[in-house]
Amino acid sequence: MKEYKTVFGSLTNFTKGGVEVINDSPQNYVFSNIFDVASRAKPWEKVAVAKNMEYVIEAIRAEGVSQWRIASHDEFALVMDGQVTIELLDPDSVTADVARTGSMALDGEPSGKKMGTIVARRGHMSLLPANRCYRISASDPSVILLQTIQGPDTVERWASICQTR
Amino acid sequence: MTTEKVRVNGESEPNEHGYRSYSLGEFTFKRDEHFAHIDWPTGHHVMAVEPFLKALMRDIAWNFFYGTVNFDSVIGTVNHYGNVDLFAGRFNEDYRKAEIDHLENFPHDEIKATFEAMLGDWVNESFDPFAAPQETGSAYGDKDGNNYEAVTRSRVTAKRMVGLPDDEPLRSDESGYAVNRMFADVDQSEPEVSVEPGYENEVSAFSLFKYLSRSDVTWNPSVVSVCKDSLYCPTTEEFILPIIHGNDRVEWFLQLSDEIVWEVADRETGRPRANVVMKAGDCAAMPADIRHQGFSSKRSMLLVWENNSSELPGMIARGEALNVPVKF
Ligand SMILES: [Fe+2]
Repeated sequence: MKEYKTVFGSLTNFTKGGVEVINDSPQNYVFSNIFDVASRAKPWEKVAVAKNMEYVIEAIRAEGVSQWRIASHDEFALVMDGQVTIELLDPDSVTADVARTGSMALDGEPSGKKMGTIVARRGHMSLLPANRCYRISASDPSVILLQTIQGPDTVERWASICQTR
Repeated sequence: MTTEKVRVNGESEPNEHGYRSYSLGEFTFKRDEHFAHIDWPTGHHVMAVEPFLKALMRDIAWNFFYGTVNFDSVIGTVNHYGNVDLFAGRFNEDYRKAEIDHLENFPHDEIKATFEAMLGDWVNESFDPFAAPQETGSAYGDKDGNNYEAVTRSRVTAKRMVGLPDDEPLRSDESGYAVNRMFADVDQSEPEVSVEPGYENEVSAFSLFKYLSRSDVTWNPSVVSVCKDSLYCPTTEEFILPIIHGNDRVEWFLQLSDEIVWEVADRETGRPRANVVMKAGDCAAMPADIRHQGFSSKRSMLLVWENNSSELPGMIARGEALNVPVKF
């Protein structure tokens, strides 16, 4: 039987497609590549690659150890390259401001009860539950795609990541 | 699984090919060995029955989806969420000019029941309208049994995330989901999850790529994770999207593996606007004023990202939301 090769991208090996305009502007398609974005980002920068009203998908270069963060709503982390470890904590006192959307960073180490850990590799999706603290670490540069809501730390730099001509 | 034929209003006795005909308002639908024939007071249209049934399958399974589902350049539906337009030539510039286009609005349940009855009657035992071309038999010929099991598959809609207790289950050989031949090389390992007692409902992870490698359908977005109105609807794609989707809101594509080419045209007229080539890691928006159809040579994994807010079509119609998601 013929063997098919499934092509996934990575930080070090990706190929971009693009918009071939007939009667349109390429900006209308907000076209970028998450590996391209993550390869040019600082560790843990939350760069929006997709946005629909208040909702965003962020490409995150995971490298080293992140701050502890918390959100008032569920978020979902899909590993697109590499391997990450996610620690989850049920906080004693820290709660997310309910009016706030997106996640916020916490100073230092929150006190609370350990909930568990997840070791996730490419293709693995993890729940980051509402009102719980999480910290992510990656020994090698990895890429996370985060389903969330736009927050104070969401970075928008569309003109530098998207096809403009 | 549906085992009995549901009878609906406007359904005829079987014709010489064994197929029933259906009427909806002033539209009639007939099938023979090769074709679906659609008639309305000012015109008529013929479609090869295989693409017709594949389009009909998606329209039903997606509950008329977001906005317009064009079966081809003439026939289709517009979802108004509670009621549905059935049209001929409404989004075809030349049919409009010639004034032979036609549109009728039906309560959701009425058009759904007729479409389901038609699909059940017109799909033969050997044909699966969700399958890739090499994974199913022929749609053509005289009536030969039925395939109710294939045409009544329920669409996966996770409440929070696939794999959580009391949510949509994972896929495995045991549950009847084998790895697709084109995804035989996809890693089947699951994440390592260690949970402290009492947190089983919150500490959860699963392999989405394994899950998608075991999808038994093509071009059928299904919800795997939910952040309020933000829905991740990944799907596996092979061959041609059987409908041309006319957006009523912005939707997003993230290409998870392999490659899809999208043909994009104006939603109202069908005039070409762009081709969008998407490779693994590429991310692109579909504006709210276009129609699009995808082509995937090798089976690929596509993350379709939808905003399910019921307020969006009204906001776009009133000019309160942009046709494009960001300006830069
Ligand atoms: Fe679409």
